[in-house]
Amino acid sequence: MTGSLQARRLPDEADLAQTSTPAALADEAFAGPAPDDVASGAVVDPQAHMQPVVAPAASLLRFITCGSVDDGKSTLIGRLLFETNSVFDDQMEALKRDSKKFGTTGEDLDFALLVDGLSAEREQGITIDVAYRYFSTGNRAFIIADTPGHEQYTRNMATGASQAELAIILVDARKGILPQTRRHSFITSLVGIKSVIIAVNKMDLVDYSEERFEEIKRGYQAILPQLAFTDVTFVPVSAKAGDNIVARSANTPWYDGETLLERLESVEPETFDAGAEPFRMPVQWVNRPNLDFRGFSGSIVGGRITKGDAIVALPSGGRSHVKAVYGPDGEVGSAEAGEAVTITLRDEIDVSRGDVLTSADAPAGVSRQFAGDLLWMASRPLIRGGRLILKLGSVQTPVTLSALDAAIDIHSYEAKPADALTMNEIGRVALTAERPIVALTYEQNRELGAFILIDPVSNETVALGVVRSVGGPEEAAAESPSEERNGLRRVWDLWLGEAARDDVAHRKAKIGARIAGSVLVGFLALIFTMPLVLALVLAVLDFVLRPFLAVAFGADHLPESRRIDPTVVDDGGGI
Amino acid sequence: MKHMTHLQRLEAESIFIIREVAASAENPVMLYSIGKDSAVMLHLAMKAFKPGKPPFPLLHVDTTWKFREMIEFRDRIARELGVDLIVHTNQEGVRAGINPFSSGSRVHTDVMKTEALKQALDKYKFDAAFGGARRDEEKSRAKERVFSLRTPEHRWDAKNQRPEPWKLFNTRKKKGESFRVFPLSNWTEQDVWDYIAIENIPVVPLYFAAPRPIVRRDGALIMRDDERMELKPGESVETMMVRFRTLGCYPLTGAVESTATNLQDVISEMRGSRVSERQGRVIDQDSGASMEEKKQEGYF
Repeated sequence: MTGSLQARRLPDEADLAQTSTPAALADEAFAGPAPDDVASGAVVDPQAHMQPVVAPAASLLRFITCGSVDDGKSTLIGRLLFETNSVFDDQMEALKRDSKKFGTTGEDLDFALLVDGLSAEREQGITIDVAYRYFSTGNRAFIIADTPGHEQYTRNMATGASQAELAIILVDARKGILPQTRRHSFITSLVGIKSVIIAVNKMDLVDYSEERFEEIKRGYQAILPQLAFTDVTFVPVSAKAGDNIVARSANTPWYDGETLLERLESVEPETFDAGAEPFRMPVQWVNRPNLDFRGFSGSIVGGRITKGDAIVALPSGGRSHVKAVYGPDGEVGSAEAGEAVTITLRDEIDVSRGDVLTSADAPAGVSRQFAGDLLWMASRPLIRGGRLILKLGSVQTPVTLSALDAAIDIHSYEAKPADALTMNEIGRVALTAERPIVALTYEQNRELGAFILIDPVSNETVALGVVRSVGGPEEAAAESPSEERNGLRRVWDLWLGEAARDDVAHRKAKIGARIAGSVLVGFLALIFTMPLVLALVLAVLDFVLRPFLAVAFGADHLPESRRIDPTVVDDGGGI
Repeated sequence: MKHMTHLQRLEAESIFIIREVAASAENPVMLYSIGKDSAVMLHLAMKAFKPGKPPFPLLHVDTTWKFREMIEFRDRIARELGVDLIVHTNQEGVRAGINPFSSGSRVHTDVMKTEALKQALDKYKFDAAFGGARRDEEKSRAKERVFSLRTPEHRWDAKNQRPEPWKLFNTRKKKGESFRVFPLSNWTEQDVWDYIAIENIPVVPLYFAAPRPIVRRDGALIMRDDERMELKPGESVETMMVRFRTLGCYPLTGAVESTATNLQDVISEMRGSRVSERQGRVIDQDSGASMEEKKQEGYF
């Protein structure tokens, strides 16, 4: 396992001077008006001769607020928005109106109403769904996911956490650490967040007691060894009264640390550095605008790709070299993790959606089996043997729950034997996919190491999880994928000439071509004086049998995806 | 990722979403409202499929009450980019004489926008429709998914949305169900303008201040774009230097007094603004959850 979590430095002023001036995105845009604009004949073109005056925020921080119900998450966000001048006057007016109507704060403004946007939320005074909010200070743009505290809506909390770089975990100073605080802490750790701020809220209700703050701090520190955080700060706050949110509070003279906003602005969260990994790109879309162009589009999830690089397409194993890399603004010499690109190859190899292009020097493991930790989100329980649809990267394939090793006890964080997972439980599981897929552990790669499970009947998203290990004991023999397919599926694959895929349009085109071919055979037969009936029979026979004859009479006709390069089907242990 | 700016990250995210729809939907369409958000969304779609064209048409739901400059702009852009454009109008609504003045904004919006959109989606059997909505626009939008599932009746079930962890969008649906997909979910109004400036994306000139014929009505500055707007007693048409922060049906879109005649000025004006962009929209102000109700009924 070569993957490791490395501290990533957020860009500082010097970097920004080079990288985040708007001109970095498209220098040419400022060379003058586009020819189209000149031709449009406008008397004065307001968009002509633009100078880059805009200075988008230097860096971006995505964070969540979480914690138990009524710990004051929405109030805290409302307060942050208010104090950073991110609330417009008309929204302020609406807030005053709503505070009278739904407010839970008496005469004061109820900041939670700024974020709780669904009518059910406002009526019940709770947060049901994640709300995304945006604000910026001079230095940083922030995307906040305000997540629900109720256990019932844990899935929405987990969703917010999966996209965040930092978590603010709220603790009610009166109540201390609650089961939901532990659950949220565990999920935060599970999805790989390393930096957390423990905001001890409602300090006004405990007379700003330093003793109480320290007590809660000690209590939380006791559970830290079981969590994978590397950067934890504690801040005493009152979201309602505004203590230590933006300005230091006179009520807590004993606290000399940063205020919450100061911390948010200064923190350099330790995040996953995908750029340091070998090249990986799940193919999202095959771009074939004409006969001369066949590009593979996707977002790079690991490393860097440069024109001329040797690549291997997995799981098929086809090898080639990069002919060209196209970024959003046209051809580029190279591109790296995070960028959405289109890649053309020197050779015609079989690649379609669901495949992963990887560096030929460090191909990823291909396996049907992997183990992981998941959060079960459906009201019906998850049991061994259950069949679900896996989505990982751009792949979608049926999977079976081959083992349920343990459920995590949310109070002690211990793994305990379990027969089933109920809603909002976290478990250790083993999954077996119907066909081999490219997966990496979550430590190695965030995008190829995270998955969701979908109920094949209701289409609900029933679980989210992270991959902990790839490969299973039975795979030591490394059968070729084509032999692992069941009978009917194999016949279908043979007939179609390739492994059946999700790509409906592609399949339709393929069948369409078959029909056209057979109609031509029938037509030719008719021309060569055969009776109509005989010509029809011949056409039908041709349609059904030709693919099998092709396979029988020459291995050259085997589709690319079935000629597996045995060297890449390893034990699945990774790269 | 360290070399990417905030806007480059947003751009990459949006392109990913747009391609995901192209790969998973049978018959996608891009709702094109002619506004600045649509302009950015279309620009991103053009980038996502280069050197090809987006593998889906544009759909404009024309209420027949859009600003004339919007329609001219729409046709020019479609022609210049060489993309397919479908224009749909609710003819039943036209025959019934629905209009924003005598029918009221609510009925007009229901019939000429919401109903018209459903008609068009059903007529062409689109199973995924891109929209340019952003989460920062409005409280119930802030809660919406990127891939937002709609029932065969086009209803939104706000309380039962699918979780969308990481970038793993669940694109599975049953027959008759469809998706509304919002590639600009995480963009803010400021991001949109910054991007328009950087990428030099053409937008409707109505966004820039110019002398325009204005009628003051119910506290809003309404531009009298054609003769169909009859003056009430005491009203008069003044020429005022105004611009628009959002665009829609002209009788329902309030202008703001402004001297911002170019993009730089618009951006600095927006930064100093103390009111949200939707303030000019008549339909949002009925009640706190007005937009949520509309969305449940099938409004985009």
